[in-house]
Amino acid sequence: MEKSVGAMKFQRGLISVVKYVFLIFAAFVALVPIVSCVITAFKSVEEYQSTNVMVLPRSWTYFENFKTAWQQADMGSAFLNSFFIVICVLVGSVFISAMLAYVLNRFKFPGNGLIRNLFMIATLIPGIASQVTVYQIMTALNLVNTMHGYIILMLGTDVITIYIFLQFFENLSVNLDESAIMDGCTYFGAFFRILFPLLKPAIVTSAILKGVSTYNEYYMAGLYLQDKTRFQVVSTSLYVFTGPMGSQYNYICAGVLITIIPALIIFLLCQDQIYSGMAAGAVKG
Amino acid sequence: MKEPQVTLDRPKLTFIQKCKTMRGQQIICTITFLIVPLLLLFTFTYLPFFKMVQFSFYDRDYLRVRGFVGLRNYIDVFSRSDCFQALKLSLYYMVGSVVQITLALLFATILSFKVRGSKFFRGALYFPCLICGIAVGFIFKFFLNPGFVLDTLLGWIGITNTPNWLENTAINNIVLVACSLWKYMGQNIVLFIGAIASVDPVLYEAAEIDGANAWQRFKCIIIPSIRTIVVLNLILSVSGALSAFEMPYVVTGGTFGTSTYFVVMNKLAHTDMKVGLASAMAVVLLGIIVIVTFIQKFAEKKMDEAENRPRHYIADGKGGRK
Repeated sequence: MEKSVGAMKFQRGLISVVKYVFLIFAAFVALVPIVSCVITAFKSVEEYQSTNVMVLPRSWTYFENFKTAWQQADMGSAFLNSFFIVICVLVGSVFISAMLAYVLNRFKFPGNGLIRNLFMIATLIPGIASQVTVYQIMTALNLVNTMHGYIILMLGTDVITIYIFLQFFENLSVNLDESAIMDGCTYFGAFFRILFPLLKPAIVTSAILKGVSTYNEYYMAGLYLQDKTRFQVVSTSLYVFTGPMGSQYNYICAGVLITIIPALIIFLLCQDQIYSGMAAGAVKG
Repeated sequence: MKEPQVTLDRPKLTFIQKCKTMRGQQIICTITFLIVPLLLLFTFTYLPFFKMVQFSFYDRDYLRVRGFVGLRNYIDVFSRSDCFQALKLSLYYMVGSVVQITLALLFATILSFKVRGSKFFRGALYFPCLICGIAVGFIFKFFLNPGFVLDTLLGWIGITNTPNWLENTAINNIVLVACSLWKYMGQNIVLFIGAIASVDPVLYEAAEIDGANAWQRFKCIIIPSIRTIVVLNLILSVSGALSAFEMPYVVTGGTFGTSTYFVVMNKLAHTDMKVGLASAMAVVLLGIIVIVTFIQKFAEKKMDEAENRPRHYIADGKGGRK
């Protein structure tokens, strides 16, 4: 009897050792590419050329690479542009999606189901595929190489936010807006004064997800904001390093880290919202 | 006899009137709230789709139409060596998705139970999802550069004779699939953790009392409970694999035989200006994706039906045991 208890303990111990070995190995694999970038970003040019990439830098306060990368990629204006775009897209998509979800969830009208299905089917079309003709439409509308054109496009290709709001409205009691309307509120009033403030959790979740994805978007930014001097965003600013600087990884790593930092900060601050939003978006998406 | 009818009629009328004004208000509200999203949806999703179908029958670039060619673009998609061959690369990504989902399931299970530092591990595995694609491209170009990070790491454990990871055509597609796994596995993990968390904790307690070990709990509780979401993700990953784009685009730029279907399409459309042919490619792939999605919906329906059956079965079994 005691033997089997011992055996069980041994087995449990073994399982937990294996478990941690797996986890540590996975975390190592996940982090090593990023950590190696950090190491190289702090090395001076001679140091980068003379030492192995995994040798730690002499000084962790050597910020010259970051300065050079910042200037070379003109990241100051890139961050300003990205910030402006993200804010516009967030405000726009939160209002558009919340209003759409409100109407679809609260009102019965012919075409309600059809509209839901249209948004659902839209998720099937891979973004890259439709860009072939979206580019032509954008050209026809004179929206290529304009900031507002890009913002409108980013607003238009947004379905996850809509799902998050639709789900949230499902769980929001109808009594709230009904009583507001009984008290003489209009539907607009009920939405903006009563419901919109209650949407805060959904707004935060969708804003984080949409914000990060807008900030990271590079394919459409490369296609529709081709004028690099005026409309460069953070993600495409890294393209500077593909030309003659393509092998100077001490600068490249510094540039890469600069672009990652905002996402890292958001991630550290809002982990739980990101996880819950991911789950919500994926259930239907 | 007449009086009650009158009293019934009067409030009915006012009620209808009230309804009418409410109804009118509702219609105005519906229209104003719907017009912007529907306009955007039409302009950037459905109009491009119809244009795509239309373009696929023409030989054209963005500005000029060189003529109607009927089905020739479609014949080209299936006969050109670069287009249809590229679909074969999807097999790598499909196998990769299966590996990704299996590993994600493993880690999600481990992280769902008491683990020290589970928040750190989950964060470390998820964070790559939040890195910009271009940055990921540079990170892996650096990581896989001959003599750089990966080779150094392998050197530490005694492996020195390494191939050129991104240029050796025997392995570079596998390497890209691994990069894609690095970036996207965290999403599956978070999803599966969510699904496992929604399993009734009473089941685990019951299993614990019955003396079930970790593997039995995994096999008999977790797998059946989250089977639907796993299968749906597997089917979904087929369309994901077919439309694989990011890693070859940002890491190798499609060189050395790593051009997936969409990388070829992107080049044809935006570099070679063969918009008609690129549209035909897009339509073909969309057709495949629609078929896959139908299969997925069908499977979802079947599994929903099937899931109701075992529950009865279990209940009957319990009854039988008594």
